[in-house]
Amino acid sequence: MNTDDLVQFLATHVEPAKSRRMWPRIALTGGGGGLLALGLMLVFQGLRPDVASAVFTGPFWMKLAFPALLVLGCLVALNSIARPGAPLSGLWRWLVAPVLAVWAVAGVELYGAMPGDRSALVMGVSWAACVGSVALLSLPVLVALFWVMRQLAPTRLAVAGACAGLLAGAVGALAYALHCPETSASFLGLWYVLGMAMPLAVGALLGPRLLRW
Amino acid sequence: MERITTRMTSEDTEVRLKDLLVSGLAGDALAYHTFLKGLSAHLRGFFQRRLTGLPDEVEDLVQETLLAVHNKRETYRQDMPATSWIHAIAHYKLVDMFRRRSRSDALNEPFDDALEVFASPEDSATETRHDLVRLLALLPDRQRLPILHVKLEGLSVAETAKLTGLSEPAVKIGVHRGLIALAVKLKER
Repeated sequence: MNTDDLVQFLATHVEPAKSRRMWPRIALTGGGGGLLALGLMLVFQGLRPDVASAVFTGPFWMKLAFPALLVLGCLVALNSIARPGAPLSGLWRWLVAPVLAVWAVAGVELYGAMPGDRSALVMGVSWAACVGSVALLSLPVLVALFWVMRQLAPTRLAVAGACAGLLAGAVGALAYALHCPETSASFLGLWYVLGMAMPLAVGALLGPRLLRW
Repeated sequence: MERITTRMTSEDTEVRLKDLLVSGLAGDALAYHTFLKGLSAHLRGFFQRRLTGLPDEVEDLVQETLLAVHNKRETYRQDMPATSWIHAIAHYKLVDMFRRRSRSDALNEPFDDALEVFASPEDSATETRHDLVRLLALLPDRQRLPILHVKLEGLSVAETAKLTGLSEPAVKIGVHRGLIALAVKLKER
């Protein structure tokens, strides 16, 4: 094939193309996966029984606010990651800040606690279920996000996969937080973070294979 | 002095290519043609400088990148330099080619590389072994026919719709998805 022919071919009857924002498509697709995660949580785990009274407590909202902030940070980051040549410097701050905030609260919490109570704050009553649940609930979101990212144009595939993984993990954490009875920032800062780190790692590993275009 | 001249030139290129790209994205086919034509010369230079040992890959990559630029043109935003968008795509395609080669070299016979020493560097300046019509034949009809009529024969979308019995949106979608499928076929050598 002659390249001039290809140029002629591509330029013939070219349709006008709007420059599009990336994040609405990513958010919509991720949201679809999120609904599936929510459904899975409701069917297999159920809302926490004391949800009616828990909504009036701070920890309930802290557990939602933390992953929600990460969701926003990931959307901001993916919006640039999906676009060739868009600068990525500084975007990591959006992702690190929520984690640092939770760790700061956890630090204050542990510092103020009696030494004997500290392990209970960190381990809670459900640590064994948390990491796996967050990771599993993130799976439908991860699949959806990989599907949409393939249609965009990420050029750093491991970074794109990791960020999609973290977003999936944060959505999984949002769903799981409605089931989880824990109340401490220390628990959130360890087990939720580990649970979200799993899809992040999976995304970073699979990105270079699955996101090629 | 020379440095200043070079920078002036690349700034000129940026302004010129960006104008053409923006008009092309707005639907100006002539501007888009000029953009792609100028772009292919730049890409050829870019890949030639980086692939002195693999001259056969240069034109393949030029064509792959042109198709990628076209298929992903909605990811361009006018507040960013056209050259950085294009460079990111070209660089990605280069890395992708190396990744693909290193995988297939592990399977292929090792003599392949040795013979490349004799390949003439100017041999294939603008021709590749891909044949557009043959690649098109690999696509399903709902993509092949819209591309054939609109892109190769230059019929309008409305004429193509009447000719194929497809709706006009289906013709547009067929062209769009077909070109994405074509980009995949181009990579499967």
